[in-house]
Amino acid sequence: MASLLHEIQHQSVTIGTPLPLDSGQVLPSVTIAYQSHGTLNADKSNAVLICHALTGDQYVASNHPATGKPGWWARMVGPGKPIDTDRFFVLCANVLGSCMGTSGPASPDTATGAPFGMNFPVITIADMVRAQAMLLDRLGIARLHAVVGGSMGGMQTLAWAAAYPERLASAVVIASAARHSAQNIAFHEVGRQAIMADPDWQDGQYYASARAPTKGLAVARMAAHITYLSEEGLTEKFGRRLQARDNKSFGFDADFQIESYLRHQGLAFTDRFDANAYLYITRAMDYFDLAEPHDGRLAGAFAKAKNVRFTLVSFDTDWLYPTAESRRIVQALHAVGAAASFVELSAPFGHDSFLLDVPALDRIMAGALGGGW
Amino acid sequence: MTPLRPDLRIIADAIPAGVRALDIGCGDGALMAELRAQKQIDARGLEIDGIAIEAAMAQGLSVVQGDANHDLADYPPDAFDYAILSQTLQTTERPDRVVDELLRIAPRAFVSFPNFAHWRVRLALLWSGRMPVTRLLPVAWYETPNIHHVTVSDFRTLVEEKGIRVEDAWYLSGDKPTSDAAAAWRAEHAIFLIARA
Repeated sequence: MASLLHEIQHQSVTIGTPLPLDSGQVLPSVTIAYQSHGTLNADKSNAVLICHALTGDQYVASNHPATGKPGWWARMVGPGKPIDTDRFFVLCANVLGSCMGTSGPASPDTATGAPFGMNFPVITIADMVRAQAMLLDRLGIARLHAVVGGSMGGMQTLAWAAAYPERLASAVVIASAARHSAQNIAFHEVGRQAIMADPDWQDGQYYASARAPTKGLAVARMAAHITYLSEEGLTEKFGRRLQARDNKSFGFDADFQIESYLRHQGLAFTDRFDANAYLYITRAMDYFDLAEPHDGRLAGAFAKAKNVRFTLVSFDTDWLYPTAESRRIVQALHAVGAAASFVELSAPFGHDSFLLDVPALDRIMAGALGGGW
Repeated sequence: MTPLRPDLRIIADAIPAGVRALDIGCGDGALMAELRAQKQIDARGLEIDGIAIEAAMAQGLSVVQGDANHDLADYPPDAFDYAILSQTLQTTERPDRVVDELLRIAPRAFVSFPNFAHWRVRLALLWSGRMPVTRLLPVAWYETPNIHHVTVSDFRTLVEEKGIRVEDAWYLSGDKPTSDAAAAWRAEHAIFLIARA
């Protein structure tokens, strides 16, 4: 599967400038794959950067080359949509460490020509943002109208405001947090252990072999997928209903619809994602704590961001990044006097609400990008 | 566009242009939008109702979901030039502490509230012996959000005890102004501009 994934051609640029990483290591050059929609205006002032989530990619509004499915935020991004490509030049780049054309563990190490595997340096959310800033430099975009992201995309958006406050007018952070909690780290560790326990993982050097840790990656996805949904949503969608049978099998088939659904989700994921990339990106998220370099004071991260307009949205059924995490960010923004908006929206879909049909989010997004300022 | 509520109209006219303002209990942002359009004020809002906040955010206004009882503590001292509390004081758990908070986060504050000593309210209580239900206070005692009814005289006393200055005051009977002297009886609505002593 992984080999198929890497046969896909992506639009990308390779930047020869070394990329210094938080770990102290340096990537001598970096390839960044990206998609854009709309037209950059003459003074280059209408660019909106969308940051994708853990398993997202740059195909935000165009069909996915591996699955053929519509872009993951096609409902939000397009002509006349809340992120209006008739008005904005919308840019979305595959994050550093991922597997859709941007440098990551599956990319060839220029020193050896072979895939990095676990020799790829451990990266952070700030490193991802640094790479995106290099892309903008290459495209000649000095300042963004807005940076927008949900979940891990929201973490990047916050990191953008912290690292490059002068380069964005507005930040839209949805269903996100300024740090990974112990519970967040715990779920990720389950996923990583599932991958590394798969004998086909082969210490990460599976690219040249005929085997890839698809079973481990599928289990990781299954565990994570549960955290993206709400109990209420699961009960409504599946309840205790049985899958294509009238009686329990008294065996270990997927008796329940929820089991069948999760198995399908896990398996389908392995067609479009690289197991090592999953290890690296979950690690980056676990290391994320915007307050850490400021003695635990989150306001310190936003000390220079008081001219950025922030919009934060949480969802009442999201237990992965609950409302309290957004409130904590709002408090820090109040402390520095930054313009902040925040609302907890009601939606039944848990953490995934940011990707789904929540009309209130559409209106808020349009307001955040189009407001009278 | 619907015209501003009369008490908000008075505040919008009285506030100087270009100041930093926080509208507490801002609802759907009607006053904030007016301040943005007419007074070049990049106002911030605090509101508890999600539907109202969504309407404000859809206009690009900066409104945060929160509660005047607890969340004013998140704002640093002197974060604003003016705090605005319209028709919200009587709904708070401890109006006296909220007034303290207003003048901590800003040197000046507009406070508006329905006057519980308006003659209609007095008469209703006197004649029926029941909690008044009037045009301005349309909800029965058991479901009203107004848990701390306040009169013009009560508020004057409170600020006097706290050593707070009253810089200006407006009284409305219906939508029309009424005089200072008659306010205790005739005002349905009072708007005070208070300041640190």
